[in-house]
Amino acid sequence: MQTTETSTIEQFAAQDYKFGFVTDVEQETFPPGLNEEVIARLSAKKGEPEWMLEWRLKAYRHWLTMEEPTWANVHYAPIDYQAISYYAAPKPKGSGPKSLEEVDPEILKTYEKLGIPLHERAILAGVAVDAVFDSVSVATTFKEKLAEAGIIFCSFSEAIRNHPELVQEYMGSVVPYSDNYFATLNSAVFSDGSFVYVPKGVRCPMELSTYFRINARNSGQFERTLIIADEGAYVSYLEGCTAPMRDENQLHAAVVELVARKDATIKYSTVQNWYPGDENGKGGIYNFVTKRGKCDGANAKISWTQVETGSAITWKYPSVILKGDHSVGEFYSVALTKGYQQADTGTKMIHIGKDTKSTIVSKGISAGHGQNTYRGSVRILKGADNARNFSQCDSMLIGDQCGAHTFPYIDVQNPTARMEHEATTSKIGEDQIFYCNQRGISTEDAVSMIVNGFCKEVFRELPMEFAVEAQKLLAVNLEGSVG
Amino acid sequence: MPVTTSESAITGVEGYVAEFERFQQTLNEPAGLTALRRRAIARFAELGFPTLRQEEWRLTNVAPVAQGAFHWPENDPDAVAPGLLAPHTFDAAARLVFVDGRFSPRHSFVGELPPGTVVASLAEVLAREPERLEPWLARFAKFDRHPFVALNTAFLRDGAFVHVPRGAVTGPIHLLFLSSGEEGRPTLSFPRNLFVAGEGSQTAIVETYAGEGAYFTAPVTELVAGPSAVIDHYKVQRESLGAFHLATFQVQGERAAVPSSHSISIGGALVRNDVNAVLDGEGIDCILNGLYFGDGRQVVDNHMRVEHAKPHCASHELYKGVLDGKSRAVFNGLIHVHKGAQKTDAKQSNRNLLLSRDAIANSNPQLEIFADDVKCTHGSTVGQLDEDAVFYLRSRGIGAEAARSLLTYAFASDIVERIKIEPVRRDLEEFLFTRLPMGEVVRQAV
Repeated sequence: MQTTETSTIEQFAAQDYKFGFVTDVEQETFPPGLNEEVIARLSAKKGEPEWMLEWRLKAYRHWLTMEEPTWANVHYAPIDYQAISYYAAPKPKGSGPKSLEEVDPEILKTYEKLGIPLHERAILAGVAVDAVFDSVSVATTFKEKLAEAGIIFCSFSEAIRNHPELVQEYMGSVVPYSDNYFATLNSAVFSDGSFVYVPKGVRCPMELSTYFRINARNSGQFERTLIIADEGAYVSYLEGCTAPMRDENQLHAAVVELVARKDATIKYSTVQNWYPGDENGKGGIYNFVTKRGKCDGANAKISWTQVETGSAITWKYPSVILKGDHSVGEFYSVALTKGYQQADTGTKMIHIGKDTKSTIVSKGISAGHGQNTYRGSVRILKGADNARNFSQCDSMLIGDQCGAHTFPYIDVQNPTARMEHEATTSKIGEDQIFYCNQRGISTEDAVSMIVNGFCKEVFRELPMEFAVEAQKLLAVNLEGSVG
Repeated sequence: MPVTTSESAITGVEGYVAEFERFQQTLNEPAGLTALRRRAIARFAELGFPTLRQEEWRLTNVAPVAQGAFHWPENDPDAVAPGLLAPHTFDAAARLVFVDGRFSPRHSFVGELPPGTVVASLAEVLAREPERLEPWLARFAKFDRHPFVALNTAFLRDGAFVHVPRGAVTGPIHLLFLSSGEEGRPTLSFPRNLFVAGEGSQTAIVETYAGEGAYFTAPVTELVAGPSAVIDHYKVQRESLGAFHLATFQVQGERAAVPSSHSISIGGALVRNDVNAVLDGEGIDCILNGLYFGDGRQVVDNHMRVEHAKPHCASHELYKGVLDGKSRAVFNGLIHVHKGAQKTDAKQSNRNLLLSRDAIANSNPQLEIFADDVKCTHGSTVGQLDEDAVFYLRSRGIGAEAARSLLTYAFASDIVERIKIEPVRRDLEEFLFTRLPMGEVVRQAV
């Protein structure tokens, strides 16, 4: 076991981006372009009810009145929204897969290559997976087992068909259709995603996971995830993403909404490894995502953990609205930028309820020409008595061409609140490396070790398998960064 | 002294632009300066007054200034009652008094100073030997992004010019800016100061702002700290509670200079201090400290920007605020480390103490770093007094109110104690004793 693991690391190290292959499946894609007709076709394609189409059109019409925001500390050529294909799906054989046997073997192979357990043998892995391939969900595992506990875990399209009352109640309740430019675009054209509902008092027996894969050329991926944990429920959810290597930039504008009712806990972890572009900064994914959770009752808890190593540009702020009294919000993040990657990420914690608590730990690592920005906002509103916030943002710089930036916004309107913010910036000390070298550890290993130590507080929050993956990912991505 | 011009009130962007046309005809000055003014007013016309939609002004509403109507002052600067001056003066090496932005020779004096030292009214120097100001004036405070610096540059006329030559050491120089809003006739003024500290010189400059009634003042101060110069700058802002005070302080540091600034903000209805430091030489050690008080409906906004342009510089910032009533404080601090500014050591910290339920503190410390071998930290806290500490004091027989005052005093005196000029420091301590409830207990205790 040990040896295979070592060889995996070596494999990892041998190539820069392991997931850059393209799957050759028959695709059904819309021609590029966006108008009301395209949205109507998309909606019809998915067999959606009238109210869903209405919602999409409402969002689209609002989107037309909006301007693309430019305030982020990222630079990219203007996006031509008419040049994007808003629907790409593997062509169904027959009437769509009923079980795994019917899924196109090419796609299964893809997930196999990515190491995502779709087969039932994955029972050993103990993770239920919803696999999203371009615009559609191709398979969801362990549905029956989860259904026994009353948990709904399915693709978003399925939820619209089978649980319209839940979708109608919660969709847009945390991220309204008019929220921001990219969220509104998503509301108009979102294709698929995952839907989770954990009923009252149920502790989800396994980790839920969605694996996103962009495969088609020229397509954008606009998925939407909605997770609801009813009173006293608990769910831990993982998200992973990869895409093939392509010269052009692809847009990924997702929306994730979390609703935690009274006493409920949602833990949301992301390992984002979209294709970051080549060493000259060509190609790569624009990862412009809106993620927000609402603690909608007393003692609710939402925890975001993210490891952002991919994407040409990452621009997202997983946020928590702490509405219920005693609710808790957490944000743990590691963002690595190398090559010409840019990241502008952080969180928003909005304290509304009394005795609410939030913790922010952000670790930014910049190497090569990478630009890493932490941007966060902590708002403590008038009624949030005894609110407590602790923020820590550390940056590490490797090389002299990169940049690290910190923009925390702090707004306190209640005198009983206590908030603390700390930020530091440092580089890996030569004496630290010297110390390791002295003990026979190569410089490369020493850097990887120091960086992993630097990120430990965040990795600790990840589910076990992911923590291992994240460490490896970081080691690989840092490969060659040390001169 | 050129007489000003318009009788009617000036209001709105067009008002200022139109006023400029009248104003510039009264000037008799080098063409270069007039051209500079023209560029500045043109830029102001483009920028207009800032709105809440602009990031830099997101939390500070300047509508009262933008919509207000202001007049040029008409009274004689020398006629100001000495009683108005007295509370603010102290034993200095030189004192210049400005009333509504105009120099008052009667109340000013310049004592014995090292040879070559100039402490004079800017208007006089401009009239007599403008070439003397040429290398520095308006070269550092940029008006292209800041509408109030643009306004000040367009209308600049008087203020203080201090030049300490190479190697000279002076005692404290005091500059007192008084404003008097005349009844039903709010005034406006654009004081413009230029301080130049030559190589290896050492000096201390205190700017005091005070006044009565309602008025609008937008001072700009440029400080050039020459190589190895040690210059301590203090600003005590005790404007009237009807005043709009929108100031910019620009520091330009050269090799191994040691500039320090302490900004104390007490008065004013709407106060904005932009403090910008450019560390443009190696080995500069720059200190920027501040203390602000808010009560009633006061708004006090401190915007800091420190540019580490060269390697081996240190900057230390500590801003503390005490907020009561329905006051609101904004702190925005940016540390920008340029490419190649290795071995930078930058520290920034902002602490806010909220004494009432309705006070609001906004704190936005920011780091922008483009070099890899640097040490940069910032910290920010907002909170109320530590209940355990209050309890401790109470358990030793000190009343609740006095205990709170003691702790507030301790919080504020952290900055006050750093002031090196004794009379200024004592004056501030005195202010704290009178401002805090049960101040007499505090006085006895400390």
